[in-house]
Amino acid sequence: MQAEEKMTLEQWPAAPERQTLEAKNKFLGFWFFLGGETVLFASLFATYLALKDKVPSPDHALAKDLFEIPLVFLMTMILLTSSLTSVYAMYHMKNFDFKKMQLWLGVTVLLGFAFLGCEIYEFNHYVHEYGHTFTSSAFGSAFYTLVGFHGAHVTFGLGWILALMIRNAKRGLDLYNAPKFYVASLYWHFIDVVWVFIFSVVYLMGMVG
Amino acid sequence: MENNQMNTSNPKIDLDFRRKQNAEEMRHQVISFALMILFTIIAFVAVGAGFSAWFTVPFILVLAAVQVAFQLFYFMHMNHKGHEAPMLFMFSGVFFAIVMIIAYLTIIWW
Amino acid sequence: MSTIAQKKGFGATLWDYLTTVDHKKIAKLYLMAGGFFFLLGGIEAMVIRIQLAVPNNNFVSAGFYNEMLTMHGTTMIFLAAMPILLGLMNAVMPLQIGARDVAFPFVNALGFWLFFFGGLFLNLSWFLDGAPDAGWTSYASLSLASEGHGIDFYLLGLQISGFGTLMGGINFLVTIINMRAPGMTYMRMPLFSWTTFIGSALILFAFPPLTIGIFLLMFDRLFGANFFDVAAGGNTIIWEHFFWIFGHPEVYILILPAFGIFSEIIPTFSRKRLFGYSSMVFATVLIGFLGFMVWAHHMFTVGLGPIANAIFAVATMAIAVPTGIKIFNWLFTMWGGSIKFTVPMHWGVAFIPSFLLGGVTGIMVAAAAADYQYHDTYFVVAHFHYVIVGGVVFGIFAAVHFYWPLMFGTMLNETLGKITFWLFFIGFHLTFFIQHFLGLWGMPRRIFTFLEGQGLETGNFVSTVGAFFMAAATIVLLINVIVTSVKNKKVGVDPWGDGRTLEWSLPSPPPFYNFKQLPLVRGLDAFWIEKMEGRKRMTPAEPLGDIHMPNSSFTPVMISLGLFVAAFGVMYREDYAWGLPVIIIGLVITFGSMLYRSLKDDHGFHIHKEDLQDDDKKGVEA
Repeated sequence: MQAEEKMTLEQWPAAPERQTLEAKNKFLGFWFFLGGETVLFASLFATYLALKDKVPSPDHALAKDLFEIPLVFLMTMILLTSSLTSVYAMYHMKNFDFKKMQLWLGVTVLLGFAFLGCEIYEFNHYVHEYGHTFTSSAFGSAFYTLVGFHGAHVTFGLGWILALMIRNAKRGLDLYNAPKFYVASLYWHFIDVVWVFIFSVVYLMGMVG
Repeated sequence: MENNQMNTSNPKIDLDFRRKQNAEEMRHQVISFALMILFTIIAFVAVGAGFSAWFTVPFILVLAAVQVAFQLFYFMHMNHKGHEAPMLFMFSGVFFAIVMIIAYLTIIWW
Repeated sequence: MSTIAQKKGFGATLWDYLTTVDHKKIAKLYLMAGGFFFLLGGIEAMVIRIQLAVPNNNFVSAGFYNEMLTMHGTTMIFLAAMPILLGLMNAVMPLQIGARDVAFPFVNALGFWLFFFGGLFLNLSWFLDGAPDAGWTSYASLSLASEGHGIDFYLLGLQISGFGTLMGGINFLVTIINMRAPGMTYMRMPLFSWTTFIGSALILFAFPPLTIGIFLLMFDRLFGANFFDVAAGGNTIIWEHFFWIFGHPEVYILILPAFGIFSEIIPTFSRKRLFGYSSMVFATVLIGFLGFMVWAHHMFTVGLGPIANAIFAVATMAIAVPTGIKIFNWLFTMWGGSIKFTVPMHWGVAFIPSFLLGGVTGIMVAAAAADYQYHDTYFVVAHFHYVIVGGVVFGIFAAVHFYWPLMFGTMLNETLGKITFWLFFIGFHLTFFIQHFLGLWGMPRRIFTFLEGQGLETGNFVSTVGAFFMAAATIVLLINVIVTSVKNKKVGVDPWGDGRTLEWSLPSPPPFYNFKQLPLVRGLDAFWIEKMEGRKRMTPAEPLGDIHMPNSSFTPVMISLGLFVAAFGVMYREDYAWGLPVIIIGLVITFGSMLYRSLKDDHGFHIHKEDLQDDDKKGVEA
């Protein structure tokens, strides 16, 4: 049995993402990578919390001056919804419905771009309205590094999912690419996990003071 | 090295059962999504309402932790079988993350 | 495909190694590159010792001395000890657990090439802008003040090679969890595989903080960020935390595999089962966990306060307990055994007291109050060299002799090996034992010279003499390697005659698919069990069938090369106009290669049953 063989609905296994040994390895290895990413983001959160509101002089903007509820709320909703749409995509993957999977992945990607757009607007806003830049203070460096690392992860995730969608558009699902889709969706959920802490710790706690 | 066993029993029966199972799981996913949205709204409202920081900060952190548990266990399927090793390593990662954040909040020599 | 012993031209061999994804060949690459950097680091050490041989010496200038000292530490840890250990893990671990390859052969190759290009980049600093000069710890205020691009070489080089190490760690974890042979339960796994497992878990959690720390320092130095700039609200202590949150587990990433190596060698040549196997496993896990909880003992004198110092002092001393368990288990393994004093066993026996000395001084420096006296003196230098050289380097030397037949199919000369051992053993203690006292007499670390009449002359001279002994030992080892390779006298299965674990049940060197049929493991020391029951080989656990193998690939070199190129651009971005284009070119190479890899299907190939049977016949003839 070859992983790249054409499959029918009857042959499609219950857990296509863990059917072959390669798939099992990929699955486990990616989870471990996420374990490492947890510590990576923890490092950034720790740095941010240590340097929050640490500015060279009192005329610099602080967290409570910068953040506004509506935009952050919008971004949170977009990203949470994109997490659900990628769950839908995996649901259809398990039911061997390639078209619907692609559709929901497409929605996920669109939501991801919308999120990125908001983030770019937000950063631009801080730079021009408040003079809060990467180099203006330790607070600025820590803020843009933490949120920017997350944004870079979103960007990479978008490129990844798009590459998978385009590459497999013609050939449909098989046991070779099912684990790839699954792992990419895990990555997307992890991005959302990080965002949950970013909006709680950076934005909401920033507004509380 | 190839040790893929297909579903050994009759695929037809399997299929209906599995479809139902998947649909059932999807329902759980949607419920957990609704709860996550709810928690998010509560967190934002709690901040907007302007309670004391001593209440708000722990409150929104607890909500965040619950949300993340939903993500991990439902969206990322950590409640399924075969996730023992991922769970061990994720929780170790979380443990080190907490240790690190506590250290950076306490002993960096203000 | 299946003929192993083909004669090939130099070009073909080179291409073979550039594209290989076979863990046994990658192991050789690691060993060669790591060995090369070990020699470089050794030369740097000799320069340091020659400079300090006599008071007021002017063999090198103060600035050059700082570069030597920084590069000695950095090279030895990141570019010599780690890669050589990763190489040994690659060579041995998959065979020990009965796997045909690692879980991600491609990623394995990528890990090596990232390390290699990172190390190359770091060492190019000698020829371009001067080497880094802020010590291997590169503390932020000092490294921010350092002029030129030395520190940037350090940051970018370590960043690139760190990615490689992280990949290696994940790879080994998955391999051990998913690819053990039938019957190879966790509690039947040889100790070297166990220590590889725990060491890899440490890599997984320790390298991300280093990655972030390096990013932050790089942003500060090259992109105008203010993380460590106190005037702009930054905090330099953050770097120290990052460095040691990584740095202390790093010590255990190095020493645990060495423990594993000795836990293989000592039972083999005592011809006795390892004493207290399960307590050894438990101690390994416990050391791994505690290794994360003690980083601030490097920062006792920073002024974190008595509570923090007390917590970290107690946690540090707790590590002595599992380590003590290990020491006693090795001793009890030898007790009553029928010991054969081969070269690896020489290293094993010498390791126990040498490492113990490092452990005992470890308890001394762990006492926070006393540490104020020892901190930044030669006492600390002596302590960590006893741990790293007496533990890790002894382990590497032992493993190189022990596993040489497994990797290359020839035996290193025993007499020359014993000469290496005695020269190195005497030289090591001569160099570093006296440094404890130099430290207690008040000689600070990292000074480039000292004055006459302070009572430091004799100690330093003795130390330098010892260093020459170690250099001589290394040269003898090199001669041994050359002589053995020229003679090229092949050995068969189980070359030591006392092999206990799966890797010795294979021909030396093993065929590229490792196990024709996966072996059935019936207990701890699987091969020994079979031998005791009069069998010559393992019982197969599966019928002979096709074997799936991964394809070779040049992509890992390209991905790593792209980052290597981009690193130059990042560094010279502000100095030259070509900086930005070079960054873009480098990243295009890297991400383009990654895209190529993910768009092009790579299903590998199969070795067919019939070819395997042919191989069998040839194997019998040879």
